[in-house]
Amino acid sequence: MDIFTDYTLRTVALGTSVLGILSGALGTFAVLRRQSLLGDAISHAALPGIAIAYILTRSKSTIILILGAAIAGWVATLFIIAIVRNTRIKEDAALGTVLSVFFGFGLVLLTFIQRQPDASQAGLDKFLFGQAATLLQRDVVSMAILAIIVLIILTLFWKEFKLLSFDPSFGKSMGFPIHRLEILLTALIVIAIVLGLQTVGVVLMSAMIVAPAAAARQWTDKLSIMVILSGLFGAFAGVGGALMSSNVTKVPTGPAIVLVISAVVIASLLFASKRGLLWSYMRERRNRKQIQLDAVLSDLYILAVQHDSIEHGHQIQVLRSMSTGHGGVDGSLSVLESRGLARQLDDGKWALTSRGFDLAREMTDQRGGV
Amino acid sequence: MEKEYAIQMEDITVAYRDKPVLWDIDLKVPPGVLMAIVGPNGAGKTTLIKAILDLIDPAAGDIEIFGKPYAKQRSMVGYVPQRNSVDWDFPTTVLDVVMMGRYGELGWFKRPGKRERDLAVNALKKVGMQDYINRQISQLSGGQQQRVFLARALVQEADIYLMDEPFQGVDAITETAIVKIMQELRKSGKTVIVVHHDLQTVSEYFDWVMLLNVRRIASGPVEEVFTEENLRLAYGGKVAFLTTHSHQEEATT
Repeated sequence: MDIFTDYTLRTVALGTSVLGILSGALGTFAVLRRQSLLGDAISHAALPGIAIAYILTRSKSTIILILGAAIAGWVATLFIIAIVRNTRIKEDAALGTVLSVFFGFGLVLLTFIQRQPDASQAGLDKFLFGQAATLLQRDVVSMAILAIIVLIILTLFWKEFKLLSFDPSFGKSMGFPIHRLEILLTALIVIAIVLGLQTVGVVLMSAMIVAPAAAARQWTDKLSIMVILSGLFGAFAGVGGALMSSNVTKVPTGPAIVLVISAVVIASLLFASKRGLLWSYMRERRNRKQIQLDAVLSDLYILAVQHDSIEHGHQIQVLRSMSTGHGGVDGSLSVLESRGLARQLDDGKWALTSRGFDLAREMTDQRGGV
Repeated sequence: MEKEYAIQMEDITVAYRDKPVLWDIDLKVPPGVLMAIVGPNGAGKTTLIKAILDLIDPAAGDIEIFGKPYAKQRSMVGYVPQRNSVDWDFPTTVLDVVMMGRYGELGWFKRPGKRERDLAVNALKKVGMQDYINRQISQLSGGQQQRVFLARALVQEADIYLMDEPFQGVDAITETAIVKIMQELRKSGKTVIVVHHDLQTVSEYFDWVMLLNVRRIASGPVEEVFTEENLRLAYGGKVAFLTTHSHQEEATT
């Protein structure tokens, strides 16, 4: 198989990478605005829209079904906003409720459709977990056009969306129609989600919104880089997942893509240069060592001051008992020795060198006395 | 012609569901004062600021900024929200946040350029944050965050500044810096309105004060209005300790 010569594979890979770029870029804003759950609710809520569109038109044309999905996702969003505004129910509960009600209704409709004695209904369930292999070239072309439009809007409103995500009430005080911007941004997210339904499916589409952004956040502290990186991670996961599912028969694309993006997230959590767990562990270790080193040095200094001499050696046990709480005396002593700050006398006791004494005095003075 | 007030509100009432947060507030703030809004927790201080900024809809009443509604006078008003109202882990830099203060003037689609950058750098110098221009905002201390917010309001080049608890949980350096800037603003003829918590420093920092507890208890020059009686009306009996304490301090200094 070759991604450049195999027509189907090329189409699928193009489609999933367009999808990945779009959902990754928009997901950044969803994640930063702490609306990760919204993507989940919208994608689940799209299912009844697909079913109703089919029942009404008896058509399996992608455009019609996707349109149904978009409308249902949009209606669900309006429901959520109305519930939060007009009742005492909090946003998370509203999201959860709308998500399950819509999704449950969608499953009922899907079952109803499948029971009908009409052969043409087969295949609607691909929207549950996605089937990238069903992507046609014209699907990819329309996805790409929509994606370009969405990305242009994102660039145009860049400053406004940044303001909306960071400090909406400040933005409103300056006269930006924050509520309308919010609706616009949500609409863009709905488009990204709906575009992914055919390939990734309603159940796992939210991962494409949340996961690339979460991974990208680990690597950068700049919004623009985060958006680009998130888009790249999304594209990588899209292509990787599509390849995986085309090579292993019967594996739906959605779960395959999610597996790839999960690997990216885990790698980012562990190895990212600034926020990664591995680096912060190493940084912490280095700090702890430095603190132990300083502590042993200052203990030796205290002893030297007490005895009024740096020639006087001290047993390692004394230092150990002084350093309950920080430990690591033996290791620290040998490091100090190798740096020429401490020396071991012939009888095995430890003392400062004159350089070590000066350094310790400097440190102590900076701290404001012993 | 009637004297034009920086802020004039009449009959402002704000309710959260069936609970009134502000009740029938009349307030006239003359231009060029440095005014503290004080009152107990839940008195509606932040709500009052937000009502002025048109961030919430009052159930009743009118607010005018220099004689016109806020929507027409936006560019005359600068805003320092509460520091903890945003996520400081947002991926952006100090300079970027300060330049946001120019977004309103820039209008749609235009990106901040050299002029915005210069204004922001200048404002950061004023608040003593010039060494942190390219710093990630997640690496700032509470006081530094507050100064960044203050700088962001300064680049708005407003005539009225509304500050919501700028002294909340900040270090001494920041407090001094903020007080200095507030007083400079007032000297250059700006009107500064500050939600304030520390009754001890009201007389020292401000020349105008409003005592608020859902209703307006009193407002006017500090020496006339900031009396034990008014404080008791605003805070209930609990204030006795505070005022005697501050008198003692005044006696010793």
